[in-house]
Amino acid sequence: MADQITPELFAHLVRLAALELTPQEAEYLRRELNRQLEAIHLLEATPIPPETPITSHGVPYTRASRAPLRDDRWRPYRNREALLAQAPEIDAEGYVRVPDIPHEELE
Amino acid sequence: MTPLWQYTALDIARLVRRGEVSAREVTQAVLEHIARVDGAPGRLLEPGQDPEAIHAAEPGVHAFITLTAERALAQADAVDAALARGEDPGPLAGVPFTVKDIFTVEGTPSTAGSRILAPFVAPYTATAVARLEAAGAIMLGKVNLDEFTFGSSNESSAFQPSPRNPWDLTRVPGGSSGGSAAAVAAYEGALSVGTDTAGSIRQPAAFCGVVGLKPTYGRVSRYGLIAFASSMDTPGPLTRTAADAALALRLMAGADPHDATAVTLPVPDYLAEIQKGVRGLRVGLSPDYFRITRVDPTTGEWHTEEVAAEIRAAVEAVAHTLADLGAEIVPDVPMPHTRYGIPAYFVISRVEAASNLHRYDGVKYGYRTPEPVVDLHDMYRKTRGQGFGLQPKLRILMGMYVSAAQYSERYYERALRVRTLIRRDFEAIFDPQGPYRLDALLAPTTPTPAFAVGAVYGDSVLMQYADQLTVAANHAGVPAISIPVGFDAQGLPLAAQFFAADFREDILLRLAHAFEQATHDAAWRQRRPPILSERA
Repeated sequence: MADQITPELFAHLVRLAALELTPQEAEYLRRELNRQLEAIHLLEATPIPPETPITSHGVPYTRASRAPLRDDRWRPYRNREALLAQAPEIDAEGYVRVPDIPHEELE
Repeated sequence: MTPLWQYTALDIARLVRRGEVSAREVTQAVLEHIARVDGAPGRLLEPGQDPEAIHAAEPGVHAFITLTAERALAQADAVDAALARGEDPGPLAGVPFTVKDIFTVEGTPSTAGSRILAPFVAPYTATAVARLEAAGAIMLGKVNLDEFTFGSSNESSAFQPSPRNPWDLTRVPGGSSGGSAAAVAAYEGALSVGTDTAGSIRQPAAFCGVVGLKPTYGRVSRYGLIAFASSMDTPGPLTRTAADAALALRLMAGADPHDATAVTLPVPDYLAEIQKGVRGLRVGLSPDYFRITRVDPTTGEWHTEEVAAEIRAAVEAVAHTLADLGAEIVPDVPMPHTRYGIPAYFVISRVEAASNLHRYDGVKYGYRTPEPVVDLHDMYRKTRGQGFGLQPKLRILMGMYVSAAQYSERYYERALRVRTLIRRDFEAIFDPQGPYRLDALLAPTTPTPAFAVGAVYGDSVLMQYADQLTVAANHAGVPAISIPVGFDAQGLPLAAQFFAADFREDILLRLAHAFEQATHDAAWRQRRPPILSERA
């Protein structure tokens, strides 16, 4: 059976995922994706009664079990310095610095 | 005299609370033991470095990524000081434990086993860990795992050498909580906090011969758990005894204002519950859990094979023991949608992973590419390309594909509806008005014992199928526990698994504890991992 994920579709997924791959990685990943799709196809074999709803998480949440919403009150984080210390690049005013976004000349 | 590092959590807490031994003495003893058995810790490799060479030069269990010895001794001193002041140091006073490095612990590197978080020092502590520390437990450090919990052997970690099975260092400990299971099996701490998304507590517990409990989804807060699949991730304890797991769960579980998915239901006193025994409990056996249905990825053909004969025999022996204790064994219970567990998991977990991993972009924390970049998008691509290993990339790409608008009805939506059918299999067997009215389902945990390092890694389909018998509990949200039940002819641990209805961890722990008590004097329980006597 022809590969469901062609090199072109694979390249598109890589762009969507904001990844950059070596040729060896790309070859391995595309092959494994197609192999996994063989397993996933089994889902199509099982009949699903038309009224079957989705389950987004197994355990149902009821009024008795669900956590209440909290007050919409702003509380500053207690250790701002610890957060800022994690940034790869901070400027003197405490802004996180990143490279500029791409720009494209329009006619 | 039994060395302090061999005691259970309950015994250590009792001795420390009574003042018979200090928390510092216990911590010191465990740290010395770790130094003897753990070998080289996991680290990021330089180009050309070979993990096998490191393992050969400094062999051991390699459970740890970050040992926090000074922090642990300071915690121990605080427990001893509280005792000296006449204060209650907590029910886990002086008990050394490890934490899977998927949890944030304030002030410690919290890496998720990935290069992309290698520089990240957590600014806050996960609730599950904080509650154990508040109960007086001593955190020894962060233990290794598959990268972002993606795997069933711990081999995918960016921190190498990856952990080995203490029973046979040429074999994997299982995954993704491989470091947790290996540490507990090698007596590096009395307990470990792991996570289970498709079996990642239970499968390594099975491979390493320890107790591994996956609580009900929502029983334990996920605050501070670096997310993989937000609808399936479940924190839980790995221990050497059911009683230790009971105490750990009682302390970790419960509502948390930081996690809207943590339920507000009361937490039972599991230690009291486990004394109730198993008389009258209805325990089912399902033929669907004694076979593996797997696709050949090249031909697309489906095959069914039985689980290993030794595993079947071990699980049947558990059933006999429980029957002797007064439980009622109910055979031939159908679980018809078990075979869809892995295919559905390939879809659902990957969509959630792709979403959860999109935040790792080198902007605010973690790894940022040091290479020159053209613009911000180039920075994202290079950072993620260099920071993620193959397993995260594989999951992100699959998640992108199966959630794409033009395919989602065929894949994601369909998988979520199959998930309903998997959930209904459990609801049917546990229904008190249904034909089976089970209290628990007994099954193997894994189709095989621990496999050799390198034997499966690279074949992503085969690796995932190690979880076929565990993953249904994550789809359904129900709790499950894996317990050690003996050894195979090669000396590798064998295990069995119980599933129960939502929030019935008490039933799981009763069954585990009863089996443990009934087999207390069995010869196999005297065995210790060879590395302990080799390094005494």
